[in-house]
Amino acid sequence: MDLKGYFGRFGGRFVPETLIPALEELEEAFYKAINDEAFMAQYRYLLKDYSGRPTSLYFADRLSKHLGDIKLYLKREDLNHTGAHKINNVLGQILLALRMNKKRIIAETGAGQHGLATATAAAKFGLECHIYMGLEDMHRQALNVYKMRTLGAEVIPVTSGTMTLKDATNEAIRDWVTNVSTTHYVIGSVVGPHPYPMMVREFQRVIGDETKEQILQKEGRLPDLLVACVGGGSNSMGMFYPFVNDKDVKMVGVEAAGYGIETGQHAAALTGGSVGVLHGSRSYILQDGNGQIVPAVSISAGLDYPGVGPEHSFYHETGRVHYTHATDDEAIEAFKLLCETEGIIPALESAHALAFLVREHKNIEPGTLAVLCLSGRGDKDMEAIKGKLFEEEM
Amino acid sequence: MKTLNEAFDAGKILIPYIAAGDPDLDTTAEIIGELDKLGVGIIEVGMPFSDPLADGPIIQAASQRALAGGTNISRIFKMLEELRDVKTPIVLMGYFNPIMKYGEKSFIEDALSCGVSGVLIPDLPFDEGKEFYDICSEKGLCPIYMVTPNTKEERLSQIGSKARGFLYCVSLLGITGDKRGPIEGIKSYMERVRSHVSVPLALGFGIDSPDKITAVKPYVDGIVIGSAIVNIISEKADMGRKAIVNEVSVFTSALIDALRTALQP
Ligand SMILES: Cc1ncc(COP(=O)(O)O)c(C=O)c1O
Repeated sequence: MDLKGYFGRFGGRFVPETLIPALEELEEAFYKAINDEAFMAQYRYLLKDYSGRPTSLYFADRLSKHLGDIKLYLKREDLNHTGAHKINNVLGQILLALRMNKKRIIAETGAGQHGLATATAAAKFGLECHIYMGLEDMHRQALNVYKMRTLGAEVIPVTSGTMTLKDATNEAIRDWVTNVSTTHYVIGSVVGPHPYPMMVREFQRVIGDETKEQILQKEGRLPDLLVACVGGGSNSMGMFYPFVNDKDVKMVGVEAAGYGIETGQHAAALTGGSVGVLHGSRSYILQDGNGQIVPAVSISAGLDYPGVGPEHSFYHETGRVHYTHATDDEAIEAFKLLCETEGIIPALESAHALAFLVREHKNIEPGTLAVLCLSGRGDKDMEAIKGKLFEEEM
Repeated sequence: MKTLNEAFDAGKILIPYIAAGDPDLDTTAEIIGELDKLGVGIIEVGMPFSDPLADGPIIQAASQRALAGGTNISRIFKMLEELRDVKTPIVLMGYFNPIMKYGEKSFIEDALSCGVSGVLIPDLPFDEGKEFYDICSEKGLCPIYMVTPNTKEERLSQIGSKARGFLYCVSLLGITGDKRGPIEGIKSYMERVRSHVSVPLALGFGIDSPDKITAVKPYVDGIVIGSAIVNIISEKADMGRKAIVNEVSVFTSALIDALRTALQP
């Protein structure tokens, strides 16, 4: 990354002038913090004793058998406090907000996992918290809405545009422009203007750092293959980044193909979009011929976003990471498979990553040592999936 | 058509903003004609974007209506091309993605060829858009930069040295249509900006009445009125083009009066 926050030709700071001082302040605070042992010690302490890290790296033996000759480990981010990887980033950013003396916290949320993690950390540190959430997503993820409200956060329904994550992000940015002197905006993925993509990556890299240590301990070697789902791209970036220079480790990012890329109804910015500017950075996005943003479509609220982090766009073009996609139906199949073979109910987002292995395992070399980032647990999706799994009975 | 510099020759000016294509481009063209006759200083023409993150609900809704009606950059250029007898300079305002998609160089060329004087892009700060803005300046399309009450001195002087035409001073920390605007300390804000900038200063965001104009006019060279006009257009939309143009005309005249009336001693 260069000094202006570019990964190759992707990234940057495409925001209203009002936000420039806040982004500069945040960048400075971030660099100071990560070089300050006291800050890092507090961050690590919270990850360990509050969130329960390190999360386990679990050998999924029955699932492995099902996938032919792949030896598959699951990085259990679902075991974090609040049930997903999102808390890793939130704890870092909340500690930063405290250092910058910002007492008001805002966030956008799609699946509600990022909103829930933010509401949780805000409660823990006694900060005022407002979560923007598309009305459509509030219906899809009602359980998380109740949880956030129980934790004392105000959940603000967003009724503009498609009423999903993209619109919630617009509203959060407008709030930040309006309340910039008192407020920290906790962005939930490796998206947005510089320094967010780099900063969120640094707060999520604990996933990959731990994985490396754990797999070396268990297998005595690095994995051949890493697989993760890609919405904005934070769990995947957190998993991939520490391995980027390990040339023999293949990486696969799985986007949401909704009803199928060919239908145009999907959320696959890298594999089905083109380069543009959305929410503060240049990256791959879903847009029409006039440069208007095209709504994303996916059964998974956390992947239902028409953009992707700029560093992913960079790895897409350099070829370091291979990006592919899985449809709603494939994700549901994978969801069932993980429940039945391992007794783990995954988030629908994470099920997309597994769907890639289910579909492609015949083309993967026997004996491959693979790690899949199980980014979250599925409690939040039970309502959405009910109709799909038990159509006849219910 | 006058240049942006000439627009400020006659003293303090009004700069109305309208959302192109709301309710349709023919109405937009008629409103531009009417504003020209009334003697406004500059006309800001908004190009719709699906995700206008510096705009409040009024301009968001207008953009949605314009997009639903099929408005795009090519059609806006076509409309402007047919307005050749308008004397008031026109500045296009819009977000960067549609401009990128249109093609940055083609956008600049086509804007110039239909007589546009400047371009204002709220999500493209001066340093991020250096390449684009340098080409604009070189070809004669004025890049209109924005500054805000929290812009630091060093940045103000960098922006000041690049500014052409005029500088857009946002009246508060907020989005368009924010009723709180302008901030209390407008006098010292404008003085601070002026110490770094030699082009005329226009103030905008949240200015929606003759009273607010009277309050801020001593400190500025131009006043931008956006959401208040866009709101009138949407409220009269059902009553037809004539009613819309008429209502905008009455409101704008009152604003111009407020701007031109001598200050009470
Ligand atoms: C469990 C889970 N996985 C993945 C994602 C997608 O986000 P990202 O690509 O940033 O990891 C989300 C987003 O809400 C999520 O809740």
